[in-house]
Order: sequence, then structure tokens, then C-alpha cells
Amino acid sequence: MSADALVDARSVRKEFGGLVACSDIDFTVERGSIASLIGPNGAGKTTFFNMLTGAYTPTAGEIVFDGRDIVGLPQHKITALGIGRTFQNIRLFGAMTARENVLVGMHSRLSSGLFGSLLRTPRQRHEEREGRAQARDLLAYCGVPARAEHQYARHLSYGDQRRVEVARALATDPKLLLLDEPTAGMNPRETTAFVEFVRRVRDERGLTVLLIEHDMRVVVEVSERVTVLDYGEKIAEGTPDEVTADERVRSAYLGTKPVA
Amino acid sequence: MRGIPRPHPRPETRKRLVRLLIGLVFVLLLIYPWLYSNYLTTVLTQWLPDTSTAFVILAFTVMGLGLNFVVGYAGLLDLGYVAFFAAGAYVAGWLASEQFANAGSVIFGGTVLPGTPGIHLSPWLVLLIAAVFAALLGALIGIPTLRLRGDYLAIVTLGFGEIIPQFVRNGDSLGGFNLTNGAFGMNGIDGLGFGVAVHHTIHQLPENFLNELDSRWFYWTALALVVVTIVTSLLLRDSRIGRAWIAIREDEDAAAAMGVPLMRTKTLSYTIGAFFGGAAGCLITLQAGSTSPDAFSLQVSIFVLCMVILGGIGNVWGVTLGGLLLAYVNYKGLFAAGHTFNSTFGTNIDIPEYSYLIYGVAIVLFMLIRPEGLIPSARRRAELHEEEEEENVIPEASTA
Repeated sequence: MSADALVDARSVRKEFGGLVACSDIDFTVERGSIASLIGPNGAGKTTFFNMLTGAYTPTAGEIVFDGRDIVGLPQHKITALGIGRTFQNIRLFGAMTARENVLVGMHSRLSSGLFGSLLRTPRQRHEEREGRAQARDLLAYCGVPARAEHQYARHLSYGDQRRVEVARALATDPKLLLLDEPTAGMNPRETTAFVEFVRRVRDERGLTVLLIEHDMRVVVEVSERVTVLDYGEKIAEGTPDEVTADERVRSAYLGTKPVA
Repeated sequence: MRGIPRPHPRPETRKRLVRLLIGLVFVLLLIYPWLYSNYLTTVLTQWLPDTSTAFVILAFTVMGLGLNFVVGYAGLLDLGYVAFFAAGAYVAGWLASEQFANAGSVIFGGTVLPGTPGIHLSPWLVLLIAAVFAALLGALIGIPTLRLRGDYLAIVTLGFGEIIPQFVRNGDSLGGFNLTNGAFGMNGIDGLGFGVAVHHTIHQLPENFLNELDSRWFYWTALALVVVTIVTSLLLRDSRIGRAWIAIREDEDAAAAMGVPLMRTKTLSYTIGAFFGGAAGCLITLQAGSTSPDAFSLQVSIFVLCMVILGGIGNVWGVTLGGLLLAYVNYKGLFAAGHTFNSTFGTNIDIPEYSYLIYGVAIVLFMLIRPEGLIPSARRRAELHEEEEEENVIPEASTA
């Protein structure tokens, strides 16, 4: 595969009991690209995400991230290596403020421990100050209004919650940003703005972005490479144009055959 | 409050008032032994605890605050907290009594006369060792069990809370070695004090705190421990570690995905909770002078858990108030109420006998009327009144 693959997954398989959620998927994401993973509901997209982040351990296969095999590593180590994610159903820490949410995202980038916190060492205080400033910048960068910074996440509007979640994922300082259906529930205007935002994030922060997305307009507009899953198998891969022209994709995904 | 500003900043004046109130209460508590013996009328005295009882109330408040690290911050339901109380109590027995008389006479700053058999370390040292020992035990229990979640964790901790007293009960012949003295427990445990040597140099510092007058020192020690626990709670809450705990409580999976090491972070909360549980258990034992497996019942765990719930899960001040209140009711209030009731109505009902009935009814009523506790944390309030507040949130269509 590509010499500059940030993610290189080989024959990744995940079974839940008898159910094969992902069947021997080969998958690469090129460094610096924006890629999409699409497919009907239940195709195994989120399962694949969960294997990338370490939430699930693959039944078989290997996943190399940035030159390192990450299969079997605990989630927090994978996050520290540089994979940040958002969730399909927003999963913010509801009873924490927007800023605290982002600060939790920085957990692996900060270092103060028990004694630093208890003694309020100069280092700890400096780190907290820096962290708070960074969190504020990140929230602003993601378009969260300043007045939301000190509100509990659960009290924020839906759109702001989505934005805080992206800010929180960026706070982990990822090399790879995984966005699980980021535009779900957004209106067309918000969606357009989000597509712009994804490009901007990639360009300005030198990230690689992998999206799970249902909105084909978004997929075609933003991604450089698209992978299609159906019933846990990879059925197509290529540029958005290639994929949308693919007969199998059309039948599986675009709805020419009865919905499963 | 330093660190993270509150989400809805209260007016400065109110904040100042709260601080003033806390300061005032602290001063009152500080001079309480003196007030009690000099100024309180008999009517009040009947309702207020004497210094020794007040000591026990404070020591149990430390337990409540310790459990708050586990249940309140990290959201881990621990039904076996009494295990750490037991650990602290037995460390006191091992290192400050005649339990190990075979070891000869090891006296290191102890409060006993030279030549007394057994190990008698300085009780301050014993207190520290007890806390550290309980913390280690916490880590040891935590590492395998904290992988479990929710109800499963509660059941396993419940099990450990029962295992420890059983172990203690049967620990009088571990391969022939009498570690715990079995069901008899340990007796003749030294009192807290400055030790013989210090007392002979400075006579104002008592050798031990066991006589009536010197029970004030016990009280002050417990009060100091309460303050230490509160300060630790506040400092950790507004730190990287505190945030990680609350994140785990809110959504464990999301916290892991954000880089929070679950096991390490959870075990740390468990360890710190155990530290204070062990300290409180040791302190109570040093005052009581004895301990036995019967003291470590499930009721103690539930009692301490009730302090956390009653006060307001996760809120340090709430838990402090809950602890003081519940321990007061348990150790003084019910007796006083029973006495008053009987003398008023000419009855002869042993009210404290019905304590669990009374607590049960109280908890049910409380859960119905004020589930967030006496002084809920702002976070908790946000959770419990979510529906009402969500109605006020107008969805916005602002751009990203």
C-alpha cells in the first residue's frame, strides 16, 4: 500500500459471538488526507472506529498506526499516540463545563499528578493556566461561543455540543481525527460550514481526518478517498466519483435494493 | 474557590458570606470542648454531644469525606468501605498494644511506660502507617475489582467488606500465628498522645489523651483530620486528577477515548478514599482502646454511604454537613430525642433501638423530597434537574 500511510489495517476482523461485524478488512488512510467510511446502518463502520481507538480488540488482523502496531493497546495509550475521536451520539461529560470537557481531552498531554495537585506546585499551576488558555482557544477555534465556555455541557445547544466534542477531540492533540457522523442533526447551513471546518482543521493543524458519514453530499465534497462497507465487508474503495459510480455501492448503499 | 470558576458565578457577596459562615463554623468547632464544659446550660447539654462523642462524630465525618472520593467524584459505588476502617483499626492494634508481646518491648515514641511488652510506636506514626496501609489495601483490592462496572462493582466491594471481618475473625491462627486475636478482637490499645518523653519535657502536652480532660486533644486531632480531608478534596477536585474522576463518573468510555487511563485513575480514587478510611478507623480505635470484628459490619459501610448521599454526592461541604448530621443523630441525637420523648410522654421506649427503622424511613423520604442531597454539587443539580432546564434551551442555528 501507500508508503505514507498513517493508518494501515490488514485483514481486520471483529466477531461478536457468531456475528461478524467486520470481515477481514484491509484499509489504509494516507497521511494528511481526508477519508470517509460509508455504508448502510450496521455495516460495521463504528465497530471499525472502535477497533482503531482500542475500544474493541480485533478478533484477528493488525492495525498499524504511525508505524506502530496498536492492536491490544489500551485506549488511553492509543489516544496518547495520536488518535482523537468524536462519537456518533454525542458523549460529552454532561456535568462538566465546556472548558472542563476540553481539559479532560488534554489529559494525556498534561502531566501533573497527585502530589503536584495537592501541593499546587508552580509547575502544576503553570500547566493549569496554560491548559485553560489552550482550552479557550480550542473552543473558539471550533466555533463555540465564549459564553458557553463555563456552561455545563448538557445545557448547551445541540450544535454547540457537537462543536465542543470536536474541540475535546482536538485537545488530545491527535494526528488522526475520527469523526463519527459529525453532521448528524445539523441543518444544511451548519453542514456546509462544517465541511469547511474539516478542511481548515486538516490544513491548519496538519491532521489526517477519517469520517463516518451518511450525508453523501458531505462525503463527495470533503473526502479524497472513500471506503464503502456493507455487512462488515469492504465492497468498494476509491475517489468519491469512483465510488458513487460503483454498481455494488449503488445497490448496497444508495438504495436501489430494498432496505435491509 | 480557586481553579475552575463555577459555571454560574455567584455574586461575590454571597461567596463571601459562605466563606464567612464556613470560617465561623470552624471556629465554633475549634472552641467547642471549651464551650461545652463552661458555657452550655443543662438543657442544651442534653442535646449536644460531649467531647468524646463529638470526636466520634468528626472521625466518622472523615469517613464520609473519604468515601466521597470514590462514590462522589469517581462515581464508583463502594459498599465495602468498612474494610478500610478495619484495616486502620487493626494497624492500631498491631503497632500500639500488647498484641505482639512476644516481640519483646518495642517502644518508639509510644504512650506507654518503658518496659511494657509489645509494639508501641508513636500513635502519630501509627496513624500515618494505618492510613498508608489502608491505602495499599485499597490499591490491592481496587486493581482486580475496579475493572467491573456499576452494580457488579458494588456487589464485589460488598463482598470485600464482608471478607475482611471474616479474615480478622479467623486470623488468630494463621499457620499458628495469632495475627488478629480472632473474635475477641484487640484490647488495651494505647491512646493517642505525645508520648512519655515529650510529656516529661513539656508538661502541657499530655502523654496520652485518654483521661476526661485530655479527650479534647482527641477531638482536635479529629477536627484537624477533617480539615485535611476537606482541603485534599478541594485541591484534587480542581485538578487534572479530579477532572479525570468526574469524567469517568460521567462517561467511562468517553473518558478512556480522551486519554484517561481508567484503571490507574479509578484505583487512585479508591486508594485515597481508603487512606482516609484507614486514618479514621485508626483514630477511632486509638480512642476506644479496643476493636473487634463485630465493629466492621455492613451497617458501617451503609452508614458512611448515607452521609455521602444525604449531604450531596460529590459536594465536599454537603458531605461534611451530611457526615456531621448523620453521625450526630446516630451517636447523640437519637438518645437525646428518646430521652426527651420518654420524659415528656412518660413512656419507656428505647428509641435508639429503632434507629435502622428511623433511618430507613428517613432515607426514603429524603430520596423522594430532595434526591440531590442537602448541599448538592452544582454538577449534580444540573443532572437531576435536567428536564426542567432543557426546556429552556433554545436550539440555535449558528454556524460552526
